[in-house]
Amino acid sequence: MDWLIHPWPWYVAGPIIGLMVPLMLFIGNRSFGISNNLRHLCAITQPPTVEVDFFRYNWKEHTWSLVFVIGTALGGYLAGVVFADPNPVQLSRAAQDMLLSWGFLPPEGKLVPDELFHTSVRNFTFLFACGVLVGFGTRYAGGCTSGHAITGLSALQLPSLYAVLGIFGGGLIASWFLVPYMLVG
Amino acid sequence: MFRYLPYLLVGILFGFVLVKSEAASWYRIQEMFHFQSFHMFGILFSAIVTALLSIQIVKRLGHKKALDGQVIDIPEKSPGTVSYVLGGLIFGFGWGLVGLCPGPMFAMAGTGSLGAMVVLAGALHGTWLYGALKQHLPH
Repeated sequence: MDWLIHPWPWYVAGPIIGLMVPLMLFIGNRSFGISNNLRHLCAITQPPTVEVDFFRYNWKEHTWSLVFVIGTALGGYLAGVVFADPNPVQLSRAAQDMLLSWGFLPPEGKLVPDELFHTSVRNFTFLFACGVLVGFGTRYAGGCTSGHAITGLSALQLPSLYAVLGIFGGGLIASWFLVPYMLVG
Repeated sequence: MFRYLPYLLVGILFGFVLVKSEAASWYRIQEMFHFQSFHMFGILFSAIVTALLSIQIVKRLGHKKALDGQVIDIPEKSPGTVSYVLGGLIFGFGWGLVGLCPGPMFAMAGTGSLGAMVVLAGALHGTWLYGALKQHLPH
């Protein structure tokens, strides 16, 4: 049962993630993508008095998609809690040194750093703001890593290439010019 | 309800892989954006190659039907440049900071991480903000 506990190498994980595309096609002719669910959740919770047109549609037709992300959360629970790996993320030496120089402690069995994720007003303000950027950006771009980088690129769709270049550019800017200074001051 | 079961099972597999491959790890995302390990690139490239080969096979089979009887087709994304690049930049910027894209957000929320739930709440507000501002944005 060790394989349920230990981290999975890229050559196991990648192909499984790639198989999501044909699996969703075979199950019900669906395009694999996660960020549309954020829209569906807005459509479900939008009060009738608000009436933003973008969220006025029959979300019930997308129940399959919401069931998929409920599964994703359950899968996260199984992998991260039931079959949790107590060992720290095996980062490369270069990444370990870089993170230390930025003031982050080693991972110690956690996937996300306490420095940014443990409960505090400062952290939760930061996390919420980042979430706003991700939610706004994915909908503006019409997809996220799954819908564009995996489904779109594998279907050889040019708009997805534009989106992926944007995503990578944005990530580089944040990771090189902001993250190193986040814990300073 | 039974017809949704396959989606639930595949969704569970997806969440499981995201955590076990550490693609849901902030540390791995920083390592990726600094080109310090092949791990994340290996995941993305092998996922794309697997999906690409699968789609080519599905296309060659011709008019193959899904389990529910629909003919399989892959919709084209609507043409454009500005919204894809700008939206991608904004999303990528947030991803580079917080290390969670939408899939991992759900997976990490599932592990009980309160912080990940806050990110998810933010993402819902960001999505709503886009819907409210849509007409005023260049596409």
